[in-house]
Amino acid sequence: MLEFRNIVKKFKETLVINDISFSVKKGELVVLIGESGCGKTTTLKMINRLIDPTSGTILINGEDIAKKDVISLRRNMGYVIQQTGLFPHMSVKENIEIIPKVSKINAKKIKDKTLELMEMIGMNPDEFLERYPIELSGGQQQRIGVARAFAMDPEIILMDEPFSALDPITRASLQEELINIQTHMKKTIIFVTHDMSEAIKIADRICIMNNGKILQYDTPENIMKNPINDFVSRFVGKNRIWSSPELIKVKDIMIESPITIQPKASLFQCMEKMREHKIDSLMVVELHTNKLLGIIKAKHIQPYKNRNIEVEKIMKKDFSHALPEESIVEVLKLINDTQESTLPIVNEKGCLVGLITKSSLVTTLSQPFVEQKEVI
Amino acid sequence: MKEFIEFIEYIISSYKLIINLLADHLRLTAMSVGLALLIGIPLGILISYVKRLKKPVLGVTNVIQAIPSMALLGFAIPFLGIGTVPAVTIVVLYSLLPIVKNTVTGITNINAETLESAKGIGLTRFQVLTKVQIPLALPVIMAGVRIAAVTSVGLMTIAAYIGADGLGYLVFSGIRTLNNNQILAGAIPACLLALFVDFIGNTAEKLVTPISLQTNSKQDKKQIENKRRNSLILLGISVIFIIAIFVLSAFL
Repeated sequence: MLEFRNIVKKFKETLVINDISFSVKKGELVVLIGESGCGKTTTLKMINRLIDPTSGTILINGEDIAKKDVISLRRNMGYVIQQTGLFPHMSVKENIEIIPKVSKINAKKIKDKTLELMEMIGMNPDEFLERYPIELSGGQQQRIGVARAFAMDPEIILMDEPFSALDPITRASLQEELINIQTHMKKTIIFVTHDMSEAIKIADRICIMNNGKILQYDTPENIMKNPINDFVSRFVGKNRIWSSPELIKVKDIMIESPITIQPKASLFQCMEKMREHKIDSLMVVELHTNKLLGIIKAKHIQPYKNRNIEVEKIMKKDFSHALPEESIVEVLKLINDTQESTLPIVNEKGCLVGLITKSSLVTTLSQPFVEQKEVI
Repeated sequence: MKEFIEFIEYIISSYKLIINLLADHLRLTAMSVGLALLIGIPLGILISYVKRLKKPVLGVTNVIQAIPSMALLGFAIPFLGIGTVPAVTIVVLYSLLPIVKNTVTGITNINAETLESAKGIGLTRFQVLTKVQIPLALPVIMAGVRIAAVTSVGLMTIAAYIGADGLGYLVFSGIRTLNNNQILAGAIPACLLALFVDFIGNTAEKLVTPISLQTNSKQDKKQIENKRRNSLILLGISVIFIIAIFVLSAFL
């Protein structure tokens, strides 16, 4: 859809963009993020040619944008900036309709589109169309800005810190709305911000920039889990992952090699193994396939005086389990509901891949707090 | 009291002359301001784009403004002779500075982000100018025009000295013949005319200011719209008044 190839930008002698290449898929919401002066806004403005690159090419659907007519390129690309982007002397209606009007689209179509857009952003057309930007709140102005960007039904929409001047509550609700609109309209959106939590909330992929280079370009989840270097991890914030726990997956925190025993083993062998590893339960798995058959706990064994019985006769067969891709939140719920102290993790084939116990959860969850204490 | 009656008598006896001169004065002033607008606004727009020209153009208009008006009129005589032509030329030159300067200020003072978004959403340069820059700059431009128009009325009075028609004729000939009534018959209408032009300028300035930019005083939109309607009516009455003067002067 959109591709940057070896883009370099120099302002006089200063290198602003240092040979970046990346691509954006159709329908993706990509967030460019970095400290001020990292080149993120410059990168964005090169897409609608407000700034031309010193060298390199930008392709949209395989076509070099430098060869396209700049006016029609911009008209088919939404552009949203902070509030000041609305024209103060025009009413809401005039602001939304300006580009369709100068493109000579017929009046009926423009009118229908405007009403549709007002509905999309959740503002009553009768009440707001005739108002001027100054009569609207910051959030409302920004909604109109978003509506205007959609007026020509563009494939690509560029957003340059559109929500940064808003109060946190309004910002959050606009972010929600943007996600909603995005899932309905499936536009390709390039969004510039310096706010990491905003990026994590809305992005399909995040592109972290510094000194005109791309440091890491990946999904929010991967960036939080595997920051590529110190700068990224500092920028993301070390404990950021804890503010979006749904991104923490079971496989990230499970014990990967739980102690197992085969079904034909005797209770005596079970007791020995438990003592040896200082644990009170064992996973009973089929030999070779590693298929989980049941769980045996110390308290199950105790009533049996005859320690030669095979473990498969008394093991617990109706156990709750979780998949490695499930989030930590779901696991916590499950453990709360069942009051089990151990939760085996099995894959789709029913094979044991890991284990979560109450104590391993406590260890994981206490990480951010314990680490902070060490820093102090 | 006696003097006052004499003055009234003078006005009644020479009202035809006064109205004719008033009409001439108005015509010449309008012509000068009109020409100054035609030259000044495009010049202002030009130099707000071509930055290199800004200093020389503003410098020249500044110098013209700095020359005493009487001296400037004197300069005109060797080149353009006497009469209407040099008078209008000088008044045009004199009116340029406020118009050019305010046009540049109005256009260059628009929020850079507004302009960038206009460009970014795909308006051509000409559309940015006509749809965004000029509408937003219009109140400032209009303020310059108002200053130019008021100075023009005054300057046109002095221009009678080099033979231009207008109310100045009465003033100067009154001075020569030591006729106080004649001087006042020229000076009083000239003053009133200046005030009148200022009033028209003020009204026009308010009318061209976008409604949205007037709401700063937290006034109701309805109130502002009512005010605008009243201003429009006043402006209409003024125009009718001016036409009446011209019609009257044609018949007298």
